[in-house]
Amino acid sequence: MRQIDVKEIIPVIRKLCIDANYYIGEDVIKKIKEFYEKEESETGKEVLSILLENYELSAKEKMPICQDTGVAVVFIELGQDVHLVGGDFVEAINEGVRQGYEDGYLRKSMVDDPIIERKNTKDNTPALIYTDIVPGDKLKITIAPKGGGSENMSEVKMMKAADGIEGVVDFVVDRISRSGGNPCPPIVVGIGLGGNFEQSALLSKKSLLRSLDEKNPDPKWAKVEEEILEKVNNLGIGPQGLGGRTTALGVFILSKPCHIASMPVAVNVQCHAARHKSAVI
Amino acid sequence: MKRYLTTPLKTEDLEKLKIGDQVYITGTVYTGRDAAHKRLIELLEKGEKLPFDAEGQIIYYVGPAPAPPGKPIGSAGPTTSYRMDPYAPALLDAGMKAMIGKGPRSQAVIDSMIKNKAVYLAAVGGAAVVVAKSIKESKVIAYEDLGPEAIREMKVENFPCIVANDIYGKDIYQEGVKNYKR
Repeated sequence: MRQIDVKEIIPVIRKLCIDANYYIGEDVIKKIKEFYEKEESETGKEVLSILLENYELSAKEKMPICQDTGVAVVFIELGQDVHLVGGDFVEAINEGVRQGYEDGYLRKSMVDDPIIERKNTKDNTPALIYTDIVPGDKLKITIAPKGGGSENMSEVKMMKAADGIEGVVDFVVDRISRSGGNPCPPIVVGIGLGGNFEQSALLSKKSLLRSLDEKNPDPKWAKVEEEILEKVNNLGIGPQGLGGRTTALGVFILSKPCHIASMPVAVNVQCHAARHKSAVI
Repeated sequence: MKRYLTTPLKTEDLEKLKIGDQVYITGTVYTGRDAAHKRLIELLEKGEKLPFDAEGQIIYYVGPAPAPPGKPIGSAGPTTSYRMDPYAPALLDAGMKAMIGKGPRSQAVIDSMIKNKAVYLAAVGGAAVVVAKSIKESKVIAYEDLGPEAIREMKVENFPCIVANDIYGKDIYQEGVKNYKR
């Protein structure tokens, strides 16, 4: 049994929030450069070059890539041999988020209730926390700040087995087609297949943690990802929806077993600022 | 085509603009997003004055990040515009000449742009530091309680955007996609 004081995780969360918002992953930069070469639209090329300039500037000036520094989505992998001591684990995570968003000059984008009051909580808490218990005695923390513009284009659909893979592909491509320029293309498309209603949505979010350099380890899904990517880029939406050949940089699928009656499909749309950073304690 | 605009805007300035033109704005822009728009429209409905003179002005849909020390503003890219569609025609009727945001507008907003000879300009979403560099001054002029959603008056120099809807009813979100669809 290893003891971890929850106070130890506060500075780790603080730094992850700031780093994720200032420094885009190398995989995004590499992919945008690849697509820049193939982009046929002049406006599209112009937009992609502005995005590259912006990633460089945000890192240099230590300012967030996007003013929408997102909801703080926190994925925890907690080793089953870890004993958390020294206080409330969830409160420690929220304290780390509070400090990161304050000290990093990040925007506070949370409102206290979704409909009636909508009062800003002023410190970007509460974080959205998902914890998995895993073997071992380590604690892995991943922060994935998620903006509202792309999140609003996401959807869960309870499909029928009879719809088949064609039905799934059509649903995803249609969802992206209806999103147009709203989610800040070029986007990354996260897809969760199976589980049930809520698990499919969580899978689609988790799928976005993959690097754009990595292929799906399952060749069956890798093929479907390629098919969807081609169809999405054939929509012509292009960078920022102004027309072009670069609508999506990648498509990620995560799947789980499901009920004999069900075929849940979730699409989580991620803007080009595909931000996520991890640390292990 | 590159175009340079100075505020307040006049109809003659906008007659030359075509969708796809790159526009650089110098002068004043007012910011507002969901919550501020709701309040502005309530004022108009009650026949009260807006917190700024709308004539020939530009509204920028943005909720900026806080200003780091020594900078006038934090990252300040556009937010998605369709959420402001229900409010936009009333503000154009009140005299505003341009909106800056990202993503397509409803037919009602496009019709209102034709009627009021106004334009919609797209800034690059997620290029929030590039945009912030063109903002030289920023001060909250209304609704401070809304935090990032407060209305700010910004002084800008060569604020970069692209004409998405011109005064003739053309829409880059429809035209552009048609050209690259396979």
